[in-house]
Amino acid sequence: MSTGVSWGRWPRYDQRLIPITNRYQPLPPAGPMLVFGNGRSYGDVCLNAEGTLLTTRSLDRFISFDAASGVLECEAGVLLSEIIALTLPRGWLPAVTPGTALVTVGGAIANDVHGKNHHRAGSFGNHLLGFELRRSSGETLRCAPDQHADWFAATIGGLGLTGMISTARLQLRRVPGEWIAGDSQRFDNLQEFFALAAQSDAAYEYTVAWLDCTASGGKLGRGVFIRGNHVQHDARPPRARSLRLPLTPPLSPVTGLSVRLFNELYFHRPAAQQARALWHYQPFLFPLDRLLDWNRLYGPRGFFQYQCLLPGTEAATALPEMLRRVARSRQASFLVVLKQFGNLPSLGLLSFARPGVTLALDFPNRGEPTLQLLESLDVITRAAGGAVYPAKDARMAAQSFQQYFPAWRQLQDYIDPKFSSSFWRRVTRSW
Amino acid sequence: MQRILIVGATSAIAEATARLFACRGDALFLAGRSIERLQAIAEDLKVRGAKLADTFVHDARDFERIPALLRTAIEHLGGLDAALIAHGTLSDQTACQSSVEQLREDFDVNALSVMALCTNLANQLESQGHGVIAVISSVAGDRGRRSNYVYASAKAAVTAFTSGLRQRLYPLGIRVVTIKPGLVSTPMTATFKKGALWAMPASVAADIVRAMDSGKAVIYTPWFWRPIMWIIRSAPETLFRRLRL
Repeated sequence: MSTGVSWGRWPRYDQRLIPITNRYQPLPPAGPMLVFGNGRSYGDVCLNAEGTLLTTRSLDRFISFDAASGVLECEAGVLLSEIIALTLPRGWLPAVTPGTALVTVGGAIANDVHGKNHHRAGSFGNHLLGFELRRSSGETLRCAPDQHADWFAATIGGLGLTGMISTARLQLRRVPGEWIAGDSQRFDNLQEFFALAAQSDAAYEYTVAWLDCTASGGKLGRGVFIRGNHVQHDARPPRARSLRLPLTPPLSPVTGLSVRLFNELYFHRPAAQQARALWHYQPFLFPLDRLLDWNRLYGPRGFFQYQCLLPGTEAATALPEMLRRVARSRQASFLVVLKQFGNLPSLGLLSFARPGVTLALDFPNRGEPTLQLLESLDVITRAAGGAVYPAKDARMAAQSFQQYFPAWRQLQDYIDPKFSSSFWRRVTRSW
Repeated sequence: MQRILIVGATSAIAEATARLFACRGDALFLAGRSIERLQAIAEDLKVRGAKLADTFVHDARDFERIPALLRTAIEHLGGLDAALIAHGTLSDQTACQSSVEQLREDFDVNALSVMALCTNLANQLESQGHGVIAVISSVAGDRGRRSNYVYASAKAAVTAFTSGLRQRLYPLGIRVVTIKPGLVSTPMTATFKKGALWAMPASVAADIVRAMDSGKAVIYTPWFWRPIMWIIRSAPETLFRRLRL
């Protein structure tokens, strides 16, 4: 059941939860309201302090699926994992999947999520054939690239503010099966990363890199580059084994020492250098889903994720600066992901993905020092003309947001008068 | 492939159960009050693999229409192997205490309509000589408590009725399954504060399918309600009447 807590488990607010259990149910009369799907966005884009959350996990019905064309229509509370369970046996996958399959379709649209194939496929909205948008006025808008096109663009990456997405039509992608073949290799610095990305993006559907953010000096920017393609392979899938973290440890085991140790081991483990690797799609595409509720690892105070985009021309200088800053802060991060985005334009007015390199880092919430570190990263991102991903954010300054997303004023014309979020109120403050 | 009639098909437990039937390719006939909700569920079940998912608008209080419901279901399904009766409302105990009209209405929905359906179904299955009738009762029916004794006594009637019906039909090879869910997180209970005892509809649904397949007599779902209700049933009145449950 819905909790009204986001993935970073910070901040926490009092909110009124109203379940939406069928797509004909009228919206409540009083705002401000906001849709809350499966709570996988990290910060406060899915929160609404002192307001109402419309919880939509029960909007989980399929409407139609054509196994010949790969067109799927469903309600917006369906999880990508539920789509995959239905369509992969018949050779189809959602065209874009983020690092967890436990997100709702509505959330994937509202945050215009991206995945390891961004360089080829763009983001989630690029494969969206249409959706229905319920407004608090009682009106229902059918939106598609050629129907209410302005509402279509405003709602993709629109952070749930334009109304409630009730149903969506997706174009899925043909895949030969459940397996992914490719390789993994260590790189010693960022130049090597850029070279690998440039050389791999044409031949590989998926490319992603893990980075050792505790490394400094001569080791700065070392990591592991992973790439792969779907292949036909007849092996039996491994038994699905997900562990669940049953409770929140009172003290987080994520400390400078444990992170340094983890990164050292991760870099040197044999699997970091494999000329021929074969992965089942689940650990490859959704590594985060192997340990359910892993966000509890960060303890009762929760954690922050910082995901930024740096334009291609600036990345070569801004990235090392950022990594040095993180290494120096000793607030190390377990999961550092680096990915070169492609040039396919996102369709959303406020979409995050754009050409450049994206870096994602996790930080335990240690209060003021963590906030200061993140602000200092924003200084670098702002100077580089980059952006920070709203889906992961709980703290960026209004000034930063308004520079990162200059189209935010245009979005205001499309926001439902009874919809709002804690995030939106925070980042649209005047400064 | 089983041919299954589901009454109260828009309830969360019924829908979750229907999905399990759909995944194995059963043919389903769905009865409920709201045509648009029935159709949304039918579409979903077809995508998930149901051989057939047809709908019928039916108000449980309309006893006269039960023969038509059964006739149409059998026509569409080409026969009938099982029926799941899942409709019900959660009585407003306070309203029932001050209004006999309300009390009667709740009994009509939660008790009499179920017995009427069972009566018609039993005669149908008796004539064909096979089948399963599964009825959703409740742990609440095991003993009346001040907070919900109207709902509880309607469910107690259902439990007793299905027990007798089970004996009557047993020699004919027809199974009657009494299902007693505990606290389940559904729209019917949306306003309750949830704790560790609460179950999700999907896990209750899995128990229902297992019980219908094996022809069990009475199931508690989740299982731990069996010992809990044993304790509650065993408490002597001298103690029980003092409790504020």
